[in-house]
Amino acid sequence: MFFSKATSIEYYVVLSVHTLVTQGDLHFTNPPEQHKMNLFQSVTSALDNTLASDPTAVIFGEDVAFGGVFRCTVGLRDKYGKDRVFNTPLCEQGIVGFGIGLAVAGATAIAEIQFADYIFPAFDQIVNEAAKYRYRSGNLFDCGNLTIRAPWGCVGHGALYHSQSPEAFFAHCPGIKIVIPRSPVQAKGLLLSCIIDKNPCIFFEPKILYRAAVEQVPMESYQIPLSQAEVLQEGSDITLLAWGTQVHVMREVAAMAQEKLGVSCEVIDLRTIQPWDIETVCKSVVKTGRLLVSHEAPVTGGFAAEISSTVQEECFLNLEAPITRVCGYDTPFPHIFEPFYIPDKWKCFDAVKRMINY
Amino acid sequence: MLSETTQSSSRKFCPPLVLGVKRLCLHSLSQVFLSETDLRTIMCPKYDVLGLGASVQSSVFENTTGSAVLPGALQQQPFDSLAEKPQFPGASAEFVDHLEFIQPNVISGIPVYRVMDRQGQIINPSEDPQLPKEMVLNFYQKMTLLNTMDRILYESQRQGRISFYMTNYGEEGTHVGSAAALDPEDLVFGQYREAGVLMFRGFPLDLFMAQCYANVDDLGKGRQMPVHYGSKDLNFVTISSPLATQIPQAAGAAYAIKRENTNRVVICYFGEGAASEGDAHAGFNFAATLECPLIFFCRNNGYAISTPTDEQYRGDGIAARGPGYGMLSIRVDGNDVFAVYNATKEARRRAIAENQPFLIEAMTYRIGHHSTSDDSSAYRSVDEVNYWDKQDHPISRLRHYMTARGWWGEEEERAWRKQSRKLVMEAFERAEKRQKPHPDLLFSDVYLEMPPSLEKQKESMWRHLQQYREHYPLDHYEK
Repeated sequence: MFFSKATSIEYYVVLSVHTLVTQGDLHFTNPPEQHKMNLFQSVTSALDNTLASDPTAVIFGEDVAFGGVFRCTVGLRDKYGKDRVFNTPLCEQGIVGFGIGLAVAGATAIAEIQFADYIFPAFDQIVNEAAKYRYRSGNLFDCGNLTIRAPWGCVGHGALYHSQSPEAFFAHCPGIKIVIPRSPVQAKGLLLSCIIDKNPCIFFEPKILYRAAVEQVPMESYQIPLSQAEVLQEGSDITLLAWGTQVHVMREVAAMAQEKLGVSCEVIDLRTIQPWDIETVCKSVVKTGRLLVSHEAPVTGGFAAEISSTVQEECFLNLEAPITRVCGYDTPFPHIFEPFYIPDKWKCFDAVKRMINY
Repeated sequence: MLSETTQSSSRKFCPPLVLGVKRLCLHSLSQVFLSETDLRTIMCPKYDVLGLGASVQSSVFENTTGSAVLPGALQQQPFDSLAEKPQFPGASAEFVDHLEFIQPNVISGIPVYRVMDRQGQIINPSEDPQLPKEMVLNFYQKMTLLNTMDRILYESQRQGRISFYMTNYGEEGTHVGSAAALDPEDLVFGQYREAGVLMFRGFPLDLFMAQCYANVDDLGKGRQMPVHYGSKDLNFVTISSPLATQIPQAAGAAYAIKRENTNRVVICYFGEGAASEGDAHAGFNFAATLECPLIFFCRNNGYAISTPTDEQYRGDGIAARGPGYGMLSIRVDGNDVFAVYNATKEARRRAIAENQPFLIEAMTYRIGHHSTSDDSSAYRSVDEVNYWDKQDHPISRLRHYMTARGWWGEEEERAWRKQSRKLVMEAFERAEKRQKPHPDLLFSDVYLEMPPSLEKQKESMWRHLQQYREHYPLDHYEK
């Protein structure tokens, strides 16, 4: 029965295959060989490139050996061997702790947490250990070779424990990077950047896009820079800022606003949550004077709060309206009430209307 | 490039299972590592569960299509649903037709392996590692130097010169015995009471002091509380305060090292209190399941701050948990430096040869307070502490061994006490005079590169300091 968000994503992403050729960040000396891939396949491709080029790289987590519950690691164990792609016991604190140790010893460690909702047993290892390893040792030791991947965000029926977006918990912790892609091309490039980056990274993969988002993705390895937001669409009246799945909602809202209100929206994909690209966002808000930030995670203490606070500090005199957040309610993520819970295009559209008329 | 034939799921050598552990004190190392079958047979002697008395091999066999079949000690059994044997994938066992709970054995637990008695006399000469005189003197000098440094730094905290300190009194044998059995390239993960391992490896007094004083020479750049040592050169991973977090990390490091094929082992130290943490369970299970060349070294010193062991666990200590994970385990007298040495040496040899973890539980006693923030007279008697200090101390036991051989006497003791104290005091006086590191180091190493937002915060701090400098102790810090 549930349809609204899922179909809007599918509609948007499939339609955008031709336009979403975001080659802006990608620089290839020769035209790259491309394949049609969905998001989980683009992840597999990134992992395949990594295992091929880095002999120390290993992938591990629950059920990754047979291909993973979302098929992100299909074929890799057969191709690279069972010492490189292997299951671990069911223990997230162990997965991340083990990954930290691998990284400290110099190997490239790619840990999978089955759902971002289950990352919390590993919170101590991430926040108290991984994030602080370099600082506390005076740079004698670090776990920069660690990347943690986890499926993230709403999926239509996931409820409390298969829908969460926990980026805000980690954004508060200096020392780790948090990255969230909106599409297959972005996912591959950003994941490869995370893997190569010499800091521990958490890479959240919007699970609703695993199958729904399809693009032509280069076969070879390429990187999309971290801590750089991307302006997807320029506009003059209001800045719409989001990440992951919500970027597609914002693009739809931009189209609606143009058509129904004659409002010109600038749409920005933040991409890296931490450290985030303050400069690009502020530059946009200085131009438009209005900022709408939207995420599925609950509004209180969500990452939109941090963005709002910084932007009002930097751009106070440029603001024509208060910064508005359209986010999930302060409740656990509900099951049957998901259509009412999520920050859908109508809520965002309504917020745009109010801000324009402020 | 790594070769295809990594040693992942096959063990190179499986020792025969030998019992003989009925006595409380076990004097022969060759029989001491207990596998899970050992333990079950001790606990319920009627059930020789495999009907073998032979070696236990718990690797999961994979058939040609890559799916797992029954784990088990026996050679691969064809799946036969008509046989009256359990076919469950989860355990390799026989059926039993009457109800009986396995009794955990805590009255007569896993025996304690030792080489010397409390007076430093060798009990079973074949267990004496017969180390050369220079090596044994070095053990003694390292243990006593640590003891001297502990006394001086504890006192310096009392005098307000450093903010905090933790002594190692009574546990010097666990540090030096195990460190001596390792190669310098072996990677060490510690908890916080293993300074003797670092000292044995050659970490200079000046650097111990620099870390405690958080001065400009501190390799850690002044960021952590005292005793949070680390040394890349000496392969000693920097200490962190959260307990047991190092345990699964050690398993991961060992896995990486296994893939490198460099004949190194990882050793992971922790206390009996830390062993209650979930991370300990995670680390043990991962190490065993993923076949990591790793020594888990538990210092069971009787207390976790004020919590005695009978409030920490109900089972037979930490060693008894090992077989539950499929891990070879031993309990040793931690105050017997030779027992610790022998057990660690053997564990190291086999961990590398067989790619499996070993668990050593070194029984000892924490003679000192937990730290300078603790006064242990609040929860234990002075008599109890004195017993261990006077009757069963690793340093005195080793000294008796040395004096019995004419390697050490009153004169040597006097001269060494004077010299070691002088060495420590000189390092102490140097450390006292050094400045603190530059305040810029507050901001670096959060990431490899400094993000622009943090640059801005650093600039903001310096602008603030320019205006309000008299309220900040800038004179003590490097310019």
